Amino acid sequence: MTPGHSAAGRSAANLRVTGHGPGAPGKFIEAVDLSLSFGSTPALRGASLGVAKGEIVAVMGPSGSGKSTLLHCLAGILVPSSGEVHFNGMRLDRLSDDKRSALRRDRFGFVFQSGQLVPELTAEENVALPLLLSGMRRGPAMAAARTWFPTLGLDGLESRRSGELSGGQAQRVALARGLVAGPEVLFADEPTGALDSVSGELVMNLLVTAAREQGTTVVLVTHDARVAAYADREVVVRDGTVSTLTGAKP
Amino acid sequence: MSVPLTLLGLLERGPSHGYDLKRDYDAYFGQGRPLRYSQVYATLSRLARDGKAAAGPVEQGAGPERRRYVITDEGVADVDKWLAEPAPPEPDLQSELFAKVVLALVLGKHAGNYLDVQRAAHLQRMRELTEFKRQGGTLDVLLADHALYRLEADLRWIDHTAARLDTIARTVRGQS
Repeated sequence: MTPGHSAAGRSAANLRVTGHGPGAPGKFIEAVDLSLSFGSTPALRGASLGVAKGEIVAVMGPSGSGKSTLLHCLAGILVPSSGEVHFNGMRLDRLSDDKRSALRRDRFGFVFQSGQLVPELTAEENVALPLLLSGMRRGPAMAAARTWFPTLGLDGLESRRSGELSGGQAQRVALARGLVAGPEVLFADEPTGALDSVSGELVMNLLVTAAREQGTTVVLVTHDARVAAYADREVVVRDGTVSTLTGAKP
Repeated sequence: MSVPLTLLGLLERGPSHGYDLKRDYDAYFGQGRPLRYSQVYATLSRLARDGKAAAGPVEQGAGPERRRYVITDEGVADVDKWLAEPAPPEPDLQSELFAKVVLALVLGKHAGNYLDVQRAAHLQRMRELTEFKRQGGTLDVLLADHALYRLEADLRWIDHTAARLDTIARTVRGQS
């Protein structure tokens, strides 16, 4: 090996790279003082979080801290018992179930820990699913789905079913499904949680690249600091409330 | 890191001038802190004196002195031995991070605040390294990964300590 490669350019200065995210987070999607309990167990206790358009925010915290519950409230999957959820100026928590379903289908994308692909469908049918559910005809939907396969290094796997894919491949298919409809917000809940470190890194690289190219806002729940480091900033959920990690508490 | 053994290792690839060894060392290992020429030539002289390398005659030409160096069998054996030895794992057991937490507890200050600030600083550095890695080549990734895994280990210790801070504080204050 000769040193005539990019490592020659390594320097302390090169290691100081600033993130791509907005300097001051705005409120494209926002949770305000959310509370929610499951039975007598409080999951959220006054949790607030604002995310700017195009920003990638990692939500960290120990198991049971409420981070996934916060994501589900932001995404309109759960409705908080008190507090407000705003999306692009709209009170999301006041919408009917049908309207929240439509919002999730048309404007949000989702990636979960285990891809949750539909086992009876092929990989490309899985990717096309959000488009088909939105009413797009099968031909154009499948054509749009197929364009994601080379981008995600999945060439040749279009006809495979989920049982014929590795964990990393299945998660990349799930990522394509989450992004195929060009969502305004992508909600990712432990998207690398079931993957080895190499596959996880590949998925995160693809997720961040695709999200930045599309200008997608990303809310990323993870307990893994190496995954959170792909985000523009992190917040930590502890005991149902959000801390911004900007420094010492008063 | 041992500069003499690293230079000797680069010399094992084939006979080389000090200038070329410095260039390659800086490219692989410099990380913004290149070797000085004087350090390279002094090191090569010592390696030649100790029988680890042999110096050829001074070559005629413009510019600085040019002398080709060749690794000896003894030098090759030293490099092999060095590569086979483990580096000391965790030689500095009592880190600054540890010291600050203990001192804060001894003084009755808010160690949790310090841990929060340190966590934020670690995560910021991890973000910088991750972006560096995304833009870099193979060795950049290798270098950044090494730093990222070490930072991640610190973070796990920070979280583990933060979760037990009250118990630790009682014990530490009991000892003072």
